[in-house]
Amino acid sequence: MSRFVTKEQAAQTPAVRVAGVDKAFGKRAKAVSALTGIDLEIGAGEFVALIGPSGCGKSTLMRLIADLDQPTAGTVEVYGKPARQARLDQEYGIAFQQAGLLPWRTVVQNIALPLEIHGVSYAERAERAEALATLVGLSDFRDRYPDQLSGGMQQRVAIARALAERPRLLLMDEPFGALDEMTRERMQTELARIAVESRAAVVFVTHSIPEAVFLSDRVVVMSPRPGRITHIVDVPLGTARPELLRESPEFFAKVTEVREALHGAPVERAPER
Amino acid sequence: MRRALPWVYGIIGIALGIVLWELYKLLGPTDGVVIGAVEGERNSGLRILPRTTDRAMPHVWTMFERLFGPTSGGDTAPLWQAVAAASITTLGIAAAGFAIGVAVGIVLAVIMQRWRVAEWGILPWVIVSQTVPLIAFAPVVNSIGIQIDRSGTPWPQWLSVALVASYLAFFPVAIGALKGLGSPDRAHAELMRTYAAGYWTTLRKLRFPAAVPYLLPAIRLAAANAVIGAVVAEVSIGMPGGIGRMIIQLGGQGSSDPAIPWGPIVGAVGLGLVAAGAVAFFGWTMRNYRRGEATA
Repeated sequence: MSRFVTKEQAAQTPAVRVAGVDKAFGKRAKAVSALTGIDLEIGAGEFVALIGPSGCGKSTLMRLIADLDQPTAGTVEVYGKPARQARLDQEYGIAFQQAGLLPWRTVVQNIALPLEIHGVSYAERAERAEALATLVGLSDFRDRYPDQLSGGMQQRVAIARALAERPRLLLMDEPFGALDEMTRERMQTELARIAVESRAAVVFVTHSIPEAVFLSDRVVVMSPRPGRITHIVDVPLGTARPELLRESPEFFAKVTEVREALHGAPVERAPER
Repeated sequence: MRRALPWVYGIIGIALGIVLWELYKLLGPTDGVVIGAVEGERNSGLRILPRTTDRAMPHVWTMFERLFGPTSGGDTAPLWQAVAAASITTLGIAAAGFAIGVAVGIVLAVIMQRWRVAEWGILPWVIVSQTVPLIAFAPVVNSIGIQIDRSGTPWPQWLSVALVASYLAFFPVAIGALKGLGSPDRAHAELMRTYAAGYWTTLRKLRFPAAVPYLLPAIRLAAANAVIGAVVAEVSIGMPGGIGRMIIQLGGQGSSDPAIPWGPIVGAVGLGLVAAGAVAFFGWTMRNYRRGEATA
C-alpha cells in the first residue's frame, strides 16, 4: 500500500467516512444507546472538532474510528478501508487526554515506540524521533524521562509519538484537557501549525468551544441521550491560525454560533451598556 | 554523606549486637535465668536466658579467632577456608535453585495473566504448595529424582537440593509477576492495540517492563528463600559439602569446641548478604524501569 496518492484521489477518498452508525453498550434489554444515526465525512487534510456535553458520545465516535470499539450498526471507513484494516495498516496516529507515555522510556524512545514495534531500523528511528522532538520543541529534552517533564511537555511527546508513522489521520481525544489555560492556548497554536505542516486530517474531541473554533475547519456539535450530531458549523477562518485570531470579531462570531448550536437556541445577550 | 548513612546505621546495628552479647555475658548470672525450677530436680523449670559460661556463650573475639584455627585440629586447613568452600558450594546450588524458581514463577505468571481460567486453576495450587513442610518434602524429591534416572548418569544430590530451593523461590516470583504483568493501565494496553501490536510484542514492550517494580521485591524474597531452601534441604537430604551440613556437623562439636559452630553460621550470614547484594545490584541495573516508584 502506497502512502502517496494523487490530488484527485485524495479529493475523492475522504479521510473518514461514518455511515449510519449506531453504538449501544450492553446486551439486549439492558443495552444503553451511546450513538444513533451518525453520518459524517471528513476530507483529507481537514481539521474537524467533535464537541458536546459529557455523554454525547464524542469519545465513543472517535474510538469507533480508531477501531478500539466496534459499531453496533453501520460502517466506519478510514481512507476507504474498514476501520479494522486501517488500524492494522497504521493509517492513523492517536493521542489521549492522558499523555500515556511509558515511564521507563526517554522522550525520543517514547516517540520512537510505534516505529520500534513496526520494525523500523534503529538509524531511521533515531532520525525520525529527533526530527519530531524538534517539531514539538523538545529537542533539548530528548533524553529526559516522563517524570522529569511538565504536563504540557508530556502531551507534546504524545503528539510527536502520534505523528511518528506520518499518519494521514490524527485522532485526538481531549489531548489538552488536563492542561492549564495558558499552556493549553500555546499547545493549540502549536497543534494548528503541526496540522498544517503534516497535512494530516485531524479528528479532535474537546469540550472547549474556543478551542474547537480556533483549531478546526468544521465543528461537529453533538448532543446526548441518545448521542447524535445536531449541527455542523463551518469555520472558514483560513489555513494558518495565528494567535491574533483569538481576538478577532470573526472568531467571536463563530464561538457564539457554536455555543448557540450547543444550547439549541440563541443565547440571550447581556444587556448593552 | 547521604549515601554513607545507611552503611553507618548498618555498622552501628552490628556493633550494638556484639555489645549486647558481651554485656549479658559479663553481667548475667552464670547459670542463666530459670523460672519455675523445683528444688533438687535436675533440668526442671524453664530457662528463659542462657548460661553465660564460655561453653554456652563464647566471646565474640573467640569466635573470630577460631575462624583462623585449624578445622579439625592438627595440620588441617584453617576453619574459614572450610567455611568459605562450603558456602560457595551452597551458594552455587542456591543460585541454580533461584534460576529455576524465577523461570518457573515467570512462566506461571505469564500463563495466569494470559488466561483467566488458568489463574483460577493454578493460583490455589501455587498457594497450597507453600504449606508443604520442607523438611519432609526434601527427601521425597530426592527419592523421586533417583527413581527417574538409574540407567544413565546418576541423579546428583545437589539437583534435589536445588529443586527444593526453587520450590521456595518460585512462589513470590509467580505472585509478584502476575500482579506486575497485569499492572499496565488500560490506556497503555489500548495504545498497543492502536499500533496493531500482537500479544508477544505487548508482553515484551509493555507488560514485562511494567512488571519490573513488582518483580524486584519478589526476586529479593526468592533469593533469600533459595538460600534457606538450599540450607534446609542439604540437612534434610544429608548432602555433604554444603554449609547446611556443616552447621549440623560442627554444632555437634560445640561442647568441646564452643566457638566452632559459629564459623558456619558466619558463612550462612555471608551467603545471605551475597544473595541480597546480587539482587540489589540487579535492581540498580533496572533503575530506569522503577521510575515513579517511591524510593524506599
